Amino acid sequence: MAFTFAAFCYMLALLLTAALIFFAIWHIIAFDELKTDYKNPIDQCNTLNPLVLPEYLIHFFFCVMFFCAAEWLTLFLNLPLLAYHVWRYMSRPVMSCPGLYDPTTIMNADILAYCQKEGWCKLAFYLLSFFYYLYGYVFLTLVKRILHCSVKNNYFNNFFKAIGSHCKRVKEPH
Amino acid sequence: MQSYSSMYYYGAPQQQQGYPTIPAHPTVSKASVTNSANYHQNNHHHHHQQQQQQQQQPPLHHVAHFSYSSAPPPSNTPYNQPQHHPTYATPGSYYGQQPYHPPSQPPPPQQQQQQQQQQQHPTLIPAPSAGSYPIVSYPSAPGSSQYGTLSSSQATPPLKGMHTQVGAPLHQYTAGPPPPPTGYAGGHPSQMMPTVNGQGSTGRWFYCRPFPNLSQLSAALGGLSGVPELEVEALRPVNLLQERNLLPPRPLEAPEPNLSADLKKVNCSPQTFRCTLTSIPQTQALLNKARLPLGLVLHPFRDLQQLPVITSNTIVRCRFCRTYINPFVTFLDQRRWKCNLCYRVNDVPDEFMYNPVTRSYGEPHKRPEVQNATVEFIASSDYMLRPPQPAAYLFVLDVSHNAVEAGYLKYFCEALLDKLDKLPGDARTKVGFLTFDNTVHFYNLQEGLSQPQMLVVSDVDDIFIPSHDSLMVNLKESKELVKDLLTSLPAMFSQSKETHSALGPALQAALKLMTPTGGRISVFQTQLPSLGAGALQSREEPNQRSSSKGVQHLSPATDFYKKLALDCSGLQIGVDLFLLSSQYADLASLACISKYSAGSVFSYPSFHHIHNPAQLEKFQKDLERYLTRKIGFEAVMRIRCTKGLSIHTFHGNFFVRSTDLLSLANVNPDSAFAVQMSIEDTLADSSLACFQAALLYTSCKGKRRIRVHTLCLPVVNQLTDVYAGADVQAITCLLANMAIDRSVSSSLSDARDALENAVVDLISAYKSNVSSLQTSGMVVPAGLRLFPLYILALLKQKALRTDTSTRLDERIFSMCEFKTQPLQQLMRMVYPDLYRLDNISDQGALHLNDSVVPQPPLLHLSAERLSRDGAFLMDCGNVFYLWIGKCCNEMFVRDVLGCPSYSSIPPNMGHLPELDTPLSERVRAFVDWLQDNRGFSSNLHVLKDDASSKLPFFQQLVEDRSESGSSYQDFLQHIQLQVSK
Repeated sequence: MAFTFAAFCYMLALLLTAALIFFAIWHIIAFDELKTDYKNPIDQCNTLNPLVLPEYLIHFFFCVMFFCAAEWLTLFLNLPLLAYHVWRYMSRPVMSCPGLYDPTTIMNADILAYCQKEGWCKLAFYLLSFFYYLYGYVFLTLVKRILHCSVKNNYFNNFFKAIGSHCKRVKEPH
Repeated sequence: MQSYSSMYYYGAPQQQQGYPTIPAHPTVSKASVTNSANYHQNNHHHHHQQQQQQQQQPPLHHVAHFSYSSAPPPSNTPYNQPQHHPTYATPGSYYGQQPYHPPSQPPPPQQQQQQQQQQQHPTLIPAPSAGSYPIVSYPSAPGSSQYGTLSSSQATPPLKGMHTQVGAPLHQYTAGPPPPPTGYAGGHPSQMMPTVNGQGSTGRWFYCRPFPNLSQLSAALGGLSGVPELEVEALRPVNLLQERNLLPPRPLEAPEPNLSADLKKVNCSPQTFRCTLTSIPQTQALLNKARLPLGLVLHPFRDLQQLPVITSNTIVRCRFCRTYINPFVTFLDQRRWKCNLCYRVNDVPDEFMYNPVTRSYGEPHKRPEVQNATVEFIASSDYMLRPPQPAAYLFVLDVSHNAVEAGYLKYFCEALLDKLDKLPGDARTKVGFLTFDNTVHFYNLQEGLSQPQMLVVSDVDDIFIPSHDSLMVNLKESKELVKDLLTSLPAMFSQSKETHSALGPALQAALKLMTPTGGRISVFQTQLPSLGAGALQSREEPNQRSSSKGVQHLSPATDFYKKLALDCSGLQIGVDLFLLSSQYADLASLACISKYSAGSVFSYPSFHHIHNPAQLEKFQKDLERYLTRKIGFEAVMRIRCTKGLSIHTFHGNFFVRSTDLLSLANVNPDSAFAVQMSIEDTLADSSLACFQAALLYTSCKGKRRIRVHTLCLPVVNQLTDVYAGADVQAITCLLANMAIDRSVSSSLSDARDALENAVVDLISAYKSNVSSLQTSGMVVPAGLRLFPLYILALLKQKALRTDTSTRLDERIFSMCEFKTQPLQQLMRMVYPDLYRLDNISDQGALHLNDSVVPQPPLLHLSAERLSRDGAFLMDCGNVFYLWIGKCCNEMFVRDVLGCPSYSSIPPNMGHLPELDTPLSERVRAFVDWLQDNRGFSSNLHVLKDDASSKLPFFQQLVEDRSESGSSYQDFLQHIQLQVSK
């Protein structure tokens, strides 16, 4: 009971979101480099393009997990991004390899600004969802159980007790 | 060399990069330190004398930006001029003075006068004969040979009849560290101030100095002191619904920026560099309020009639932003200059202190770099990452059944045979040939063979090069074999039955062949590629050609050609495409090969050597120009602009390598670029905004050269000033480019709406912000009165029209032309010039060297301006139509066309006979004059007034209602409705 499938989903999402945050940071840095002349657009697109699909797939993967775990609220929060990803990939330029970025158009100021903005927005979204998943995980593994067993007693006392016992339990194996 | 090429690909040339960390000119700055130290010691006692000398010079010499007197000269200034010293003279020839004189004919008095004027003020005086660029002759100073005037960057042999001084030993001051300053001294005053043609050198004091005195300096910086008449005229409100005669009598000129006379004089020619707003708004908010696009229209590699070429050890550039020194920098004192783009202060290198024109020392503001907005530098090895490549040309020819049917091969071979000696290049020039149908054929032209060997590679899925060194051969060594091949080639494939076309594999092979050198690939294609990589399917649905719902397939079907083009661009290979197809060939996909490798696209729809003589003639003429026109290899172009401005988007054929750097594998004199700009920061710091385009390229002679154009414009903070300086042609050109982009990325109808909205926005913005006089009607400033007309004309172009049946390939080709044609040409294509010729007279004629060119007035493109008793010439840029009305007077038909009567005019008349009548002479002089200033010469079609042949002429009458759109009046009504919404 303690470690449900939903909790597992949250934990996994937590880890994967951490990875996605790195993707987003990498994305921002890459476009910043493009803007400040440090990199050739062809090189930059070659490094960025292989990362697009993995990012989308990771996100899709834990959306599916949340669906299976019937975490509707979380799924609902993720749906807009999922839809955006699908739309973005559908409207990509004609390319024979996977990816989104076309070296011939990437230097257009509008596209460059759009990609940078996209990077920042995603970073913000992933950061928020990181804390949300953390909360979700903690809520499921600890708080729910506390709420469950603290029907009559003082809420706060029980809460601290539970945390204490949890800590003890964690210590015990050592 | 191969190992270089990969490096060259990605790394921008070091000096081109804008990194401030690279020391600008390490050797020289070191030298200058030692020199100055020595000088300070040795010549200290001369210091005083020097100052006195300077004060004795004519007062005009004390230029405001030289604060000699206010700031005491630093210790390293006292270069004096000892009286007796061997002149600094190293024999060796560089680019000598070559003032252009029409050979040996005694000029008419008028011209003579003009010449004298030019010698007195050898700066930008518009020379009528040039029309485009002044013929400038620098006073030929003996020995001042660093730079000279060349008719092009490829040195032409010195003309006969030059002044004797020119023939004097040419001196060079390029080698080594800066020579001892003593050497700079011209021993005698006469040598210091050479005379030319009896003109005293005193005249030179006047010539072109940014700011002759303090008051003018402040006036120039003030930018807007005193509103000139031109501006008032440009602001006169015009009610479009009432005024019917909008056209000026002569083709529209670019508006002059509102600068001081001196800055105007040195500013870049509008044919090379033009801005949509000749008064730059101070902030983005003001720009948004004006509802006009801000951008540049550039034609950087234009054929120039005069170009100062400078050879010097140090190319003086801003240490921080790498801007080249230009006429708009400010000299704080003799040793420091302030960059006009980033406003930081730089030192003047020692070498720059010497002026090769006057052979005098201490006049950095008189160097040619500071006197001309367009200059060309011979670059040192700092500007190369590999040795300059030789000129290399590879011809890739379609020889499938379709191509044989069309019959272009014979004419191509003839043209090339004819021009083989005129291909730009030197002794290293390489050529190669490659033909393809369903296989790829290579030609071994190795010197020593008795005849060319053909090698066939039939494995098109995995193409390889059968031999590595004998396919691209030295033209000089293998000329006989090349000639052999060209004579036998047409016959070789006359029986070809292969219908497939393996263009993709042929291009891959071509890329492999050219990899070691880079160069130019010319592809001749006659059908849809159907085999191997890059095979395409037909996407056009003929019955959808005229649908108004939306045109599809404007973007490429595959990225094969784009990727190949990027590979080419990286290896410094440019690909030019000649499409001679009568069927759909998916130009949208094929054009990518040229678009991203900085090539050009030529299209001859329904080309057939017998059935379509007009296209054949055009093909031959184009080929003639194409094979002999100038070419630059391994080029990059960087566009810098004043701090606060930034580049938004580029338009043209190139690969954008970074925010302000274009990679151009080849650069040719017929392609232009457009740049959209945005204002990121307020420009309140300065009253001037500058743009500099620097094109670094390898000439066909293997010299690395940098062509620098600088444009200076005033910054304004009033909306009326922005409107007063608006350049309607440049705006139209930029909007056309933006519309093309929009139609590809979004949809055609979206692009059309955007164009319409541009007019609506402008009119409502003008109404609400500026015009307070009238509330009804459509009021625009006079400078922009042609804007709605041009937009309507744009909407009726093949590229953007919707209701008329337009073949997809023709539409795409029109789009390609919009992206690359120079502004003048583009405007003639959009809104052709119409003239009436039957009553042509010498009134107001232009007097050129020895001919009189009549100047008939421009007419509106409307059938109501035509009459049956007249003859009208329409100049559409790439073609002329001469329409003869049914009742045209007999004299014109007889005297100009050489036909006894109207009915005897042959149906396919393509030229004007050389008749000895005054009328014929006038007409021919006028038509020839129109032809003169364009790269590709245009065909002339004489059209009679009957239903079938007059169609192309009447299609161009954009102000009338047609199936492709409403009439001008209806369009205005429509716009007014939108405005009042």
